[in-house]
Amino acid sequence: MERTQQHRQVAHMRQSLFDQGLLDEQFVQLEELQDDANPNFVEEVVTLFYRDSARLVLNIDQALDKTPLDFSKLDSYMHQFKGSASSIGAKKVKGECTLFREYCKAGNGEGCMKTFQQLKKDYAVLRKKLETYFQLARQVGPVETACRRK
Amino acid sequence: MESGFCSPRTEAFPAGLRVLVVDDDPTWLKILEKMLKKCSYEVTTCCLARDALNMLRERKDGFDIVISDVNMPDMDGFKLLEHVGLEMDLPVIMMSVDGETSRVMKGVQHGACDYLLKPVRMKELKNIWQHVFRKKIHEGKDVESYECMREIQMIMSRSDEFDDGHQLNGGELGATRKRKDMENRRHDDQELVDPSSSKKARVVWSIDLHQKFVDAVNQIGFDKVGPKKILDLMNVPWLTRENVASHLQKYRLYLSRLQKENELKTSEGMKQQDFTCPAGSLGFQTSTLIHPKDAANCDLKYTGNNMLLIDMGTRICREADKKGTVSILPMDLKETSTSNFLDSQRANVSSQTILSRPFNYQSSQSNTTSQKWNEAPMEQFKQPPKQEPEPYALLEDDFSHALQSAPQHLVQVDLQCSAYSVGPGTAVPERDKPGSVMITPVRSQSRSNHSQIVNPETSDAISNFKVGMKNQMVGLNCLNDCEPIQQKIFTVGDSSLGSQVGCAYTESIGLQDIDLLDYYNSELIDELETSYYADLGLNWDNDCDSVQNPFVDQSLFTARAEASGVCYPG
Repeated sequence: MERTQQHRQVAHMRQSLFDQGLLDEQFVQLEELQDDANPNFVEEVVTLFYRDSARLVLNIDQALDKTPLDFSKLDSYMHQFKGSASSIGAKKVKGECTLFREYCKAGNGEGCMKTFQQLKKDYAVLRKKLETYFQLARQVGPVETACRRK
Repeated sequence: MESGFCSPRTEAFPAGLRVLVVDDDPTWLKILEKMLKKCSYEVTTCCLARDALNMLRERKDGFDIVISDVNMPDMDGFKLLEHVGLEMDLPVIMMSVDGETSRVMKGVQHGACDYLLKPVRMKELKNIWQHVFRKKIHEGKDVESYECMREIQMIMSRSDEFDDGHQLNGGELGATRKRKDMENRRHDDQELVDPSSSKKARVVWSIDLHQKFVDAVNQIGFDKVGPKKILDLMNVPWLTRENVASHLQKYRLYLSRLQKENELKTSEGMKQQDFTCPAGSLGFQTSTLIHPKDAANCDLKYTGNNMLLIDMGTRICREADKKGTVSILPMDLKETSTSNFLDSQRANVSSQTILSRPFNYQSSQSNTTSQKWNEAPMEQFKQPPKQEPEPYALLEDDFSHALQSAPQHLVQVDLQCSAYSVGPGTAVPERDKPGSVMITPVRSQSRSNHSQIVNPETSDAISNFKVGMKNQMVGLNCLNDCEPIQQKIFTVGDSSLGSQVGCAYTESIGLQDIDLLDYYNSELIDELETSYYADLGLNWDNDCDSVQNPFVDQSLFTARAEASGVCYPG
């Protein structure tokens, strides 16, 4: 059936996000929180994340433009960003945050910049994928979005 | 909490637990809110620490537990933690994406009852009620409150209904009760236990006990201190680790608050503000109490101990300088004044001095001022008077003048301390209250006399109470009203007590009566005596026997140098 196929598609898409290391267990936690009271909880959270973290990304970009680099400030921004990223289970992005912070500690400006470029890419890719996923999931119906029942 | 112990919330426990979540990250706030709601808790979210504090203050009993992130823009999470612990005594859970041991340790040191790593799982949140319950049990032990026990029993009875079984079974509760009984029995041995308030026999931190605590903290080193270590050192059998832990937490907060206040007041003209009060204990290790050179001729004869009021705020000990003015010796108070420590309600306490030595009140023990030191607003003993050289000028012939110049900071009785030691509700040392002597710059209190001194009975207790400060100069706030005594004192030592302690008395400045807390330990006094006073050339030879406790005698504080013709070593 069309529907079943769609369901399968959604499930597959979801699984691939995990398989590719883009998402981790936290995302599942969010899914588990989703219920009748908040049927679009996960999507709302992700949207909130991207909205709020946008300014952090901007801050970091601006800080990276300065010379000399203020590593402690960068580290502090990234700490915040990492915290945010962990909220939606953005695994890959989180990993890059950690790497960035290590470069900060080492005072490696070059490393910071490179890592951040990569981070931004992954951050954008994840966003796109999640948007697609949510769209599909909504079409299919909430039942399929969470593989576990509360 | 609720008006009755049989509130619906208790019956539903842990459901309905009122949680306040503080996190600047809106995403996390949303997630946590949802998670907590799923645990059937009542959630309030807040993204600013300040707002959270306001909310907590407004609704004093409005929350059961606070969960807060460590990194927040407007206030450090640890500070919030301290405030909550001290002011509201609620359990606080810290959260952070950073799980470094040092951070976690810091959290625990600041009194966090748990430290969660982000991403936080729901199952971790599910069990936060245990912290609330644990606190209740401890309160029940300390406070011997029927309500508390009932509440606990109710909660416990519901535990049978829990899927996971009960964490605490009846047997444990029985054990708890037993322990509680034992503790209560021990309470009788405690000093400062006010018989009239036996109903609420919480652990009363008597001066003696507190002194032990402070000593232990100092011995360990404030930075390395921990409840277990303190407990071991204190060697008080009936005291529990929890008692010490909560006391330590409050102490830290107190000190840091004091420090802050002092820092604030610095602008008031305090010169030496170098106040570093690293959350110290009462035992300040001030660097120099009195400058020997200045205290050259003091020949104080204290029968007892000298009371040194340390002006925590200024950390300065005033000493009489050559010109016969009392200058303030910078005290390197490592620890912040304890004044604020105890009583956060003493709003007026600005800088508190801590009595560092036990008083030896012999005679005039007058009445310990019934000032309830806990009520007495601390005088603003702020920091050292602007005029460096002069400020504490206990000028020979113008003692009061000296006093005037000496800002209040000098005498800062550590109200808080005593308040603390006697327990929040206890009234200040009445005569019969052991160890309740506290030097408190009580405004216009103890007008009558000088008796703010500790009564003799308590001196023993008090003498035990060592503030742990070796060289602490305490700014004594001279009591104003000890007219007669003053004269005596001044005659005695020829130096206002202030000079003895190198404190500037702000006597006529509307000094408050000081409730002396018999803190001083004799070593300190001895030191003082020999060095300081010697330098000061003070003659403690007072004829007044009553002035045996010179410190205690308010008159001492009342810097009526002129009265006695105090001569300050020039």
